Amino acid sequence: MHFDIAMGGLIALYVFMLAGFAGWVIIGNVPAILHTPLMSGSNFVHGIVVVGGIFALLNANTLLEQAIGFFTVLLGAGNAAGGYAVTDRMLAMFKTSGSHAKPHHGHGKVHQLKKS
Amino acid sequence: MVITISTLTIGLANLLAAFLFLFGLKRMSSPVTAPSGIRIAGVGMIAAVLASFLYVFSVDATAQSHLLVNVALALVAMAVGGVGAWFVGRKVAMTAMPQMVAIYNGMGGGAAGGIAAIELFGSHTHGVDQLAVTLLGGLIGAVSMSGSVIAWAKLDGVLKNPLRFKGQQIANGLVFLAGIAVGGWIILGPMSGAAMILPMSTWITIFFGLTLLFGIMMTLPIGGADMPVVISIYNAFTGLAVGLDGFVLQNPALMIAGMVVGAAGLLLTLLMAKAMNRSVTNVIFTNFGEIAKAHHGAIKGTERPVEASDAGIKMRYATSVIIVPGYGLAAAQGQQKLYEFVKLLVAAGVKVRFAIHPVAGRMPGQMDVLLAEAGVPYDMIFQLDDINADFATTDVALVIGANDVVNPAARTDKSSPIFGMPILNADKAKQVYVIKRGQGKGYSGIVNALFYEPNCNMVYGDAQAVLIKMIEAVRGLGAAAA
Repeated sequence: MHFDIAMGGLIALYVFMLAGFAGWVIIGNVPAILHTPLMSGSNFVHGIVVVGGIFALLNANTLLEQAIGFFTVLLGAGNAAGGYAVTDRMLAMFKTSGSHAKPHHGHGKVHQLKKS
Repeated sequence: MVITISTLTIGLANLLAAFLFLFGLKRMSSPVTAPSGIRIAGVGMIAAVLASFLYVFSVDATAQSHLLVNVALALVAMAVGGVGAWFVGRKVAMTAMPQMVAIYNGMGGGAAGGIAAIELFGSHTHGVDQLAVTLLGGLIGAVSMSGSVIAWAKLDGVLKNPLRFKGQQIANGLVFLAGIAVGGWIILGPMSGAAMILPMSTWITIFFGLTLLFGIMMTLPIGGADMPVVISIYNAFTGLAVGLDGFVLQNPALMIAGMVVGAAGLLLTLLMAKAMNRSVTNVIFTNFGEIAKAHHGAIKGTERPVEASDAGIKMRYATSVIIVPGYGLAAAQGQQKLYEFVKLLVAAGVKVRFAIHPVAGRMPGQMDVLLAEAGVPYDMIFQLDDINADFATTDVALVIGANDVVNPAARTDKSSPIFGMPILNADKAKQVYVIKRGQGKGYSGIVNALFYEPNCNMVYGDAQAVLIKMIEAVRGLGAAAA
């Protein structure tokens, strides 16, 4: 059996093109109100670089490569973990008037607003 | 057989991760589904990271003897980096989010640059195309890392003033060209058979030194007001660098994730630049702040102050109020008090909405997060295009800590540095109140024509203190009526 995922230059360009389009379309649909969590969330997504760092570090065979690999994995892991932590925290804050269960909410009905 | 199974598992885990990233980001198109979106993406990340340790079954023959040490190094690095960043991320104040995002972004850029460095120092890449892509990934990653660190320092207030000197653009250009030239030499030198003069590892070190230096030099002259654009650019850069590393390592998950983030960063960069009516090159290459300071608007008239309590009571008896918050509100830590005041108004039957300018705050969408943190429901928060027409039919527009984004000079005064910038039409409301620390110009140093309009009154003072007075005034009315 053979599960090679190696790809030549042109196939790689196709992957880049399609991923770029997918990203553009998906991100274009994110409302401006979520742009900060979107940015930290996409920040988290590029934390996948840690996987590349682990691969490079496991294949390191000199002290220099090991040292760079160590910091690469450290930075990549920090990027992923930190990006996730702040995004998750921010998204948990977004509530609608309906879902509000705060003690101060006894003052009256909050207007249900729609885009006009 | 073990190698086959482990390679297949890694491949499938990466495929799953790429799918879950896209699916998770797709769910960010609504605040309702967004929290599950990041968790879905998180599952993808965990799957890919766990599977990546299966690489131990297929390491290069030369690295076999180091395998145990390398695995231990990887585990320690993950624990230190991951746990450290996790706890900082859990604790950091929402107002500090822009510099936090800058740091995480710089870490990603550094990791991407690090991978390129290992590939280059270890001579793991061969052929012109592979080498060129590795060098490009290294260049973009290194620029993103050092640039993000400078952006962090500016946002965090460590670096207070933009550093500018004569001939700066030329100096930056020379450093960049030198980096490209060294990169070209790394590719072509060995092929041409010419003497390399210096050992290859020295050339690689010089290459990374120059690219890191370029990231620093490129970011130093950019002013604080332009940081939303800068953060977005470096987000795109890191994504791109990760994608290129993915090509070098033949890992499609990195390619897809990196490219998606690159596209996202590019889109946000263009949105931010559009919201400032400037091109991206204009943001990077011109000294905005200095132009602004040189401009003196010839506005006649005076600012008319009113008492906070009077303004508060006026809003209590209004039918509709639109609030325009800016970074000054967050700087004064006034969000909680603002929402307390808003709840009083809403309880009295006033229709209250928030209007957010795209570049309010220090990064895209920061004001939205700060209001959400204070408890403001997101269905009260409206973006520029959705609410701008409604100012004309609104009784009171309350501007807090915002300045340039409500300056009507952007519509009318061709000589103004912000002419053409889309603004919130707060001046069209029947009455405008502006809460401001004192007389004088704002962050960008531009005179605000709104303050001199006949329908505008100033409420001087710290945002939080003013809001407390407004709350007391409106509460006092309630008590008197009861």
